[in-house]
Amino acid sequence: MSAPTFDLGTLHGGLRMPACKDESTARVIQHIPIPTQLVLPLAQHAGEPAHPVVSIGERVLRGQLIADADGMISAPVHASSSGKIVAIEQWPVSRRLGENAPCIVIECDGLDSPVQLSEPIVPFEKVDPESLLQKILHGGIVGLGGAVFPTAQKLMAATAESLEHLIINGVECEPYISCDDVLMREHAAEIVIGAQILLHALQLDHCLIAVESDKPEAIHALADALTELQDSRIVIKQIPTIYPSGAEDQVVQLVTKKEVPTGGLPTDVGCLVQNVGTAVAVHNWINDGEPLISRVTTVTGDGIAAPMNVMARIGTTIADVVNFVGGYTDRAKRLIIGGPMTGKAVSTDRVPLVKATNTILVLSETPAVGTEQPCIRCGECAQVCPILLLPQQLYWYACADDEAKLRSYGLIDCIECGCCDLVCPSHIPLTADFRMAKARMRELADETARAERARKRFESRTVRLEREQLQRAQELLEQRKKVQKAGPQAIQEILERSKSKDNSASEKDE
Amino acid sequence: MWIAVVTITAIALAAGLLLSFASRRLPPNDDDLVATVNGLLPQTQCAQCGYPGCRPYAAAIVHESEEINLCPPGGKETIRRLAKCLGRDVIPLKASTQTRMSDSVAVINEALCIGCTHCRAACPVDAIVGAHQFMHTILAAECTGCELCLAPCPVDCISMKSAA
Repeated sequence: MSAPTFDLGTLHGGLRMPACKDESTARVIQHIPIPTQLVLPLAQHAGEPAHPVVSIGERVLRGQLIADADGMISAPVHASSSGKIVAIEQWPVSRRLGENAPCIVIECDGLDSPVQLSEPIVPFEKVDPESLLQKILHGGIVGLGGAVFPTAQKLMAATAESLEHLIINGVECEPYISCDDVLMREHAAEIVIGAQILLHALQLDHCLIAVESDKPEAIHALADALTELQDSRIVIKQIPTIYPSGAEDQVVQLVTKKEVPTGGLPTDVGCLVQNVGTAVAVHNWINDGEPLISRVTTVTGDGIAAPMNVMARIGTTIADVVNFVGGYTDRAKRLIIGGPMTGKAVSTDRVPLVKATNTILVLSETPAVGTEQPCIRCGECAQVCPILLLPQQLYWYACADDEAKLRSYGLIDCIECGCCDLVCPSHIPLTADFRMAKARMRELADETARAERARKRFESRTVRLEREQLQRAQELLEQRKKVQKAGPQAIQEILERSKSKDNSASEKDE
Repeated sequence: MWIAVVTITAIALAAGLLLSFASRRLPPNDDDLVATVNGLLPQTQCAQCGYPGCRPYAAAIVHESEEINLCPPGGKETIRRLAKCLGRDVIPLKASTQTRMSDSVAVINEALCIGCTHCRAACPVDAIVGAHQFMHTILAAECTGCELCLAPCPVDCISMKSAA
């Protein structure tokens, strides 16, 4: 049984790229044994970092809450295995900003004893949607597609909108990454049940599972699971293999033919997108009571002895993961967390595997990129841009730091997919320039907002001071009037009174 | 061909006359210009320019043709923006020891504070909370880092800390 390719929207541009996934999908998911040490960053999600609720020296159990959500957008962190908290300290992590972040370090005892569940597991159909959303909030579940936005907050925000479809995103278009593919092959039933839970939580009755056409095994497995579970609300949609069709807005555009508006969210066109990994995490938490403490990660690249997909506990260091798969090869030169297009190079393998880590990519030498040359205005970049931007124009304005033009040419909408970089014959690092320009724009906006607030406060203070001065003058005037009204006799009386006071005071002194 | 030349020249002349009339006879509303110039200033209200705040300085630039290079927190960028807005030349910042101060905030050492309210009166954005003979504190989110509260403090209990 397979899903037909039909009735799809179109995606402008994009690139067909070598998949490089066969090495890692050749084997089934391997479980990494519990390491001796786990490093759990407090900020593994978008939004505010969690705050620790354990102290150094405390013994924790698997699945125990060790850091609680803080603020409107945040997610809790749970102990991935049992052991003792040995430190809460700065540790190297893989992040866009900064090298170190506060982490909780657990020394594992190897027993992996689970924590007692605080409430019994009830079938999700019997729980009302509101409490189901509250429950998901406590599972530490975040979007595993890459953005790591806390899932519960995303769902809660979506319930306020009028939704049509739930889209389960199984599109994994970036080269080398195959963790979602193997997850769909081996855990199709969990994905479908996870989707059912999400449908119930959102009170929806239409779900699309989007999978690329180059993953026939995954489509088979999902179709089998669907037949077994007899759920007609869920439909598989097969979409063409092209990068970057897996990005959230692009998936929506492909499966529903609706374009997400500028600065908007998929909910604006009635869709909510969740990654397949997130669906499994929801299933594990709601049906098995296990919070998000492990994930499937692809370990691959020509710098890895035996590329494969592994199921690892969150917090396992990259060094431990690489050791498990047979270590580095002699050619290993660069360590990248994430895919080759959107990932980030890190300088040490002491960094932990976090909720966002979908791939550990170890490559040999830097690909031979030519030296940067002036733009020849060939327009190749505009041909491949999946969101119809004009990268070459944006490039001029980014160089000129022309914020108004960057805004009107829609830089905000750039998804940083990197297609324009790849096709540029002058080897201009366009995406890097756009990232920088975006960061500058954000900084400027922050500064402007702050200046605006300071201006308002200064102005209201000026008004207040003027008012106070006026009031004081008024008071003085009234006092003077009072005295004048009372006449010279009253003044004489007052003077005498003060004189007698002075005399009595001097008598006392004597 | 002559028709075209004459027509274009006539149009250019007419447009030129109209524009020069507009720029001479219809000066921009001064209040609007002050607000625009004020919007380009960093609003630290530090008074280093010699005026008691950003708006007074903006007014001086517009009404008294004050120099545009007196704002140390704004630095080169502000001078560039002011020059562009007012059609003046970009000039280097007037020599000053101060650099970008808006990156830091004032912090009161609460053990030393005697509650004199002098700093509260000096703060241009009302970012200091406190009452007479009670400990004062600074609202870090509102502090512009102008350092105006440092001098009035009789016990030197205020210091500047990096905002990050």
